[in-house]
Amino acid sequence: MTPVVALEGAAKVYDNGTRALEPVDLDLAAGEFVALLGPSGCGKTTLLRMAAGLLSPSAGHVRWWGAPTPPVDDARHRLAMVFQSPTLMPWASVAGNVRLPLDLAHVQRNEADAVARAALAGVGLAEFADYYPRELSGGMQMRASIARALAIEPTLLLMDEPFGALDEFTRHSLDDDLATLWRSRGPTVLFVTHSIQEAVYLATRVVVMSPRPGRVIADMAIPGPHPRTATFRGSVEFAAVCAQLSELFASAAAPA
Amino acid sequence: MTSSERALRIAAPVLVAAVLLAAWQAAVMAYDVPAYLVPSPSRIAATLWQDRALLAASLGVTAGIALTALAISIVAGVAIALVFAQSRIVEASLLPYAILLQVTPIVAIAPLIIIWVDDTRAALVLCAVVVAIFPIIANTSQGLRSVDPNLIDLFRMSRASRLQTLVRLRIPSALPYFFAGLRVASGLSLIGAVVAEFVAGTGGQGAGLAYQILMAGIQLNVPRLFAALALITLAGVAMYLAVSALSSTILARWHESELPTTA
Repeated sequence: MTPVVALEGAAKVYDNGTRALEPVDLDLAAGEFVALLGPSGCGKTTLLRMAAGLLSPSAGHVRWWGAPTPPVDDARHRLAMVFQSPTLMPWASVAGNVRLPLDLAHVQRNEADAVARAALAGVGLAEFADYYPRELSGGMQMRASIARALAIEPTLLLMDEPFGALDEFTRHSLDDDLATLWRSRGPTVLFVTHSIQEAVYLATRVVVMSPRPGRVIADMAIPGPHPRTATFRGSVEFAAVCAQLSELFASAAAPA
Repeated sequence: MTSSERALRIAAPVLVAAVLLAAWQAAVMAYDVPAYLVPSPSRIAATLWQDRALLAASLGVTAGIALTALAISIVAGVAIALVFAQSRIVEASLLPYAILLQVTPIVAIAPLIIIWVDDTRAALVLCAVVVAIFPIIANTSQGLRSVDPNLIDLFRMSRASRLQTLVRLRIPSALPYFFAGLRVASGLSLIGAVVAEFVAGTGGQGAGLAYQILMAGIQLNVPRLFAALALITLAGVAMYLAVSALSSTILARWHESELPTTA
């Protein structure tokens, strides 16, 4: 089966000579939830931006559903991204923000409004549609950002440490909501994080990157039931996988 | 901003003005200072009332020049900033000349403009535009470029056209910068108008407040000089407040500059 997104020897050297990413081979199959785990500055965001088509690799290729460019106007193949910060337009209402990708695609106003409100209801923000972003908490802003990504019903959802700036309680709550949304809608997800626990809790597969210049040092399937619950977080199985990943990091960071 | 904060922001400067005016009045009366040197505030107020027809007409002329210049500066300044935002090369090629215009004193350019432009009013407006346009160009250009890079990425991923990106992203992002420039430009347009009037020295029916100051100085009519000066100051304050009110109305719900301060 054609991978949803495939990086084939994709490497990145920036114009200033920084080697951000060593050649990476990575395939995402339809419906997978892949966590890309690595320390700060290891090239995770670079890899994600290449997967989003926002950055060209210096060497190698990226393919989307087998094609060399991201899909355009293709209802079966849609790509959305959630950024590190909520990235909401402060001058637009929450509904206006969620509606943005539809407005840019010239979807009729009434239809776009209905989709945006449904997407907001899906993340528990139905009654905040007419608020402005600054009137929401950090967690609610991030929910609105996720609603905007979901409004176009993406088949590939790219998330760049979306909950990194939130407190642990909010983060756990959003992790659970995201897991529910993934199960109900079934997009392929590439989720960047530097939290081992978050990666293991959410993903079906964890790809581990070394410190800069980033390269893939492990690619492991995560056992455990779906849907995951707080019980899984407290299980021996969860702790064992986390410990294994911690050891991998320690050995990658250790001087040769 | 709460209503008590708003009241304080108005009451505090009014109180300062009242104290200063009272001290001024008391000093003039106590030392018996002649009006041709320093008139008392009450004498200036009386002159304002006595010469109201003359001064109001002059205020209309000066304010008309300043407002016309401000309107032209807004339209031309924003248009130039939009051109700059389209291309770094265009900006790099033309910005030095905009700066050149800004750093050259208007009193040095005004005589040339007045010689070259036949219509005196048009010449005065042009002088004021030369002074007022730069903050609008500089601030709006900066605002059009100061866009959240993640939002730019979002627009790119959504296949937004250049026009969509400009209208839905760059222009709203630039609004706070534009209004900051507009606040400065509103005062500068009045300064430009007054300086140009001084240089032109136009009298008669089209005489502005600067001409009244010049004439009052020559005639040693110092109370009228102060009255004209007070009107220029009040016109400047009124223009600034009008721009601030417009900025507050447009940015009130979303921009930090217009949000209530928290202790």
